[in-house]
Amino acid sequence: MSDFLQTRVGAALKDAALAAVITLLLASIMVGLRTKTEQGGLVIVGQWGLVAWMVGVVFVGRLAMSLLIWRGNNPVANAMNAMLPKQDTVSKIGKLVGPLLLLFAVTLPFYGNRYVIDMGILVLTYIMLGWGLNIVVGLAGLLDLGYVAFYAVGAYSYALFAQYFDLSFWVCLPLAGILAAFWGMILGFPVLRLRGDYLAIVTLAFGEIIRVVLLNWYEFTGGPDGISRIPRPSFFGLEFTRKNGFADFFGLDYSSMHRIIFLFYLILILALITNFVTMRLRKLPIGRAWEALREDEIACRSLGINTTNTKLTAFALGAMFGGFAGAFFATRQGFISPESFTFMESAIILAIVVLGGLGSQLGVVIASLVMIGGFEVFRDLEDLRMLVFGLLMVGIMIWKPRGIVSSRAPSVFLKEKKSVSGDLVAEGEG
Amino acid sequence: MEYFIQQLINGVTLGSIYGLIAIGYTMVYGIIGMINFAHGDIFMVGAFIALITLLAVTAMGITFLPVALLIVLIISMLMTSVWGWGVERLAYRPLRGSFRLAPLITAIGMSIVLQNFVQVVQGARVKPLPPQITGGITIMEKDGFLVQLSYMQILIIVTTVLLMAGFTLLINKTSLGRAQRACEQDQKMASLLGVNVDRTISLTFVMGAALASVAGVMFLLYYGVIDFYIGFLAGVKAFTAAVLGGIGSLPGAMLGGLLIGLIETFWSGYFSVEYKDVAAFSILAIVLIFMPSGLLGKPEVEKV
Repeated sequence: MSDFLQTRVGAALKDAALAAVITLLLASIMVGLRTKTEQGGLVIVGQWGLVAWMVGVVFVGRLAMSLLIWRGNNPVANAMNAMLPKQDTVSKIGKLVGPLLLLFAVTLPFYGNRYVIDMGILVLTYIMLGWGLNIVVGLAGLLDLGYVAFYAVGAYSYALFAQYFDLSFWVCLPLAGILAAFWGMILGFPVLRLRGDYLAIVTLAFGEIIRVVLLNWYEFTGGPDGISRIPRPSFFGLEFTRKNGFADFFGLDYSSMHRIIFLFYLILILALITNFVTMRLRKLPIGRAWEALREDEIACRSLGINTTNTKLTAFALGAMFGGFAGAFFATRQGFISPESFTFMESAIILAIVVLGGLGSQLGVVIASLVMIGGFEVFRDLEDLRMLVFGLLMVGIMIWKPRGIVSSRAPSVFLKEKKSVSGDLVAEGEG
Repeated sequence: MEYFIQQLINGVTLGSIYGLIAIGYTMVYGIIGMINFAHGDIFMVGAFIALITLLAVTAMGITFLPVALLIVLIISMLMTSVWGWGVERLAYRPLRGSFRLAPLITAIGMSIVLQNFVQVVQGARVKPLPPQITGGITIMEKDGFLVQLSYMQILIIVTTVLLMAGFTLLINKTSLGRAQRACEQDQKMASLLGVNVDRTISLTFVMGAALASVAGVMFLLYYGVIDFYIGFLAGVKAFTAAVLGGIGSLPGAMLGGLLIGLIETFWSGYFSVEYKDVAAFSILAIVLIFMPSGLLGKPEVEKV
């Protein structure tokens, strides 16, 4: 028997049995007994079939994993590794992926139906938010857990300006960005000398404060009821209405799709502007200062970089793009309430940035497509889909701790541009 | 004055619960420098296990309350510890030595997983529990205003004090505590000297989970209603408490918990209930601006 346990299959069986026992232990109370509300209070009912299923799945899954994938010297894993493309091929493909995705995005409205375009708008919103947060977390290395606060500031600025002063979307868009950046500076100024995780908790706290204030300042923001009937954007003054609008002006038949396609291109352009500005800034002294700051704050200070100002610009710029995205969100939905700006949103945006690979613009796109797109595809699963979402987050991170696109393209290079693996660069403490 | 004392009692009770959760955050942060976002949800799981066990125990016919509660407490601590261990094993250990943000993301992921797992297997509706421990002592009475100290509050405060005392002994006197302190200072050196670092870190998670489950039991008995979402806010508050007290410091976590509890109850008592979270978070921000490493935390020494 002990000889058998020494063999590979034996060891894997033992390991799988152990995992199954732990699953049984974990599930015994939480899953095995379900609380149900009945007349006269809670009662418990057994659901042991589910427990048996879970134990079985864990046993088989763990056995399969340890036999087929985890051990180094095994035929299946070796074959799989051989099938994966080499590093240079990946970077060659990588150069093509960006333009191809852009082409896909630009042509999407020509063949997509309404559902696909709506989903495209959603994914693009997250891409824009991810790119905005990438400036703060990916480039400057400041851990921001309250990014959604700036998104909320942008959305509410537009909604409130429209409600109280009757301003149009195009006037409010820059205003929303400016206000969000302003809030970023107000928050950033006192807290940016805090290090790493202290900064994280203060930004989290700030996000919650904004949400609680929006929720409770009933006279001004409408509280939990939110703000409805937010005006839609116009196309150079042409409304998307049935009469005398966009369709009439261009002699088209009226269709409700016009507005959706317009919104799609609007967010695409906004997102591309975010990307363009970030890529350009990376090449400027300020962008280089951000990246230097991420890698080593002390070295930066001794080289005479004003760390507070550098952090503040990153924070404010990130916030500004969050504000733009917020204004877009408000005009697209036509209705906003504090419900849309919970910590979970911040966590999802941060997850997109980290899963995509810190500092990588393409990574954000891929991560948004996988996470948000995948999330929408599993819409039918109802309750289970958040569970799948969480497991996906854990799974991707364990599989690729540096994110999906983990190589770093240098912003300055001598003669030849070599990308660096993410494992080789240190991480700033923020 | 009477109102003040009543709020003080309520604040200390709430603060004890926060403090018990905060210890889990501060220990994990101290030893591996990571924010364990799933800790609040471990607290929630603890409360659920307690609820189910209590119902099961009552259904089995054990109605003598002290015995029933003791069984609930023990089972809840044991089972929640397994959950804490499981989360560490599954989501954090594979990323040991990886870069800083990776375990943070898996922690957020685990938090989502735990919340939705409980929602799926136990249902999304709130779970009410009739008050188990009723009655109390009237400390003082003036103009018809009673200052009450309920037995439940006494139980919470006494349990917390006992656990804290035991816990301090554990950290200061036992070999496990020594191993933990060693890992906290220098993991590589500790492993060279024969400390099993992985095991020590696992046990840290187990202890944090056990304390959080006690907080969960207390929360369940005190408020009498739980749902799958209670972990988030309690977790954020407890983490705030840990940071306020100085993260990595055990007495700091307890002090921070008490302060957050007091600020919240006094703010709701004297100003407005709606803005109590704003008050707690603002105080945190103000303290951090003037004392960047919290109240009892050691200032970080920068090495070049």
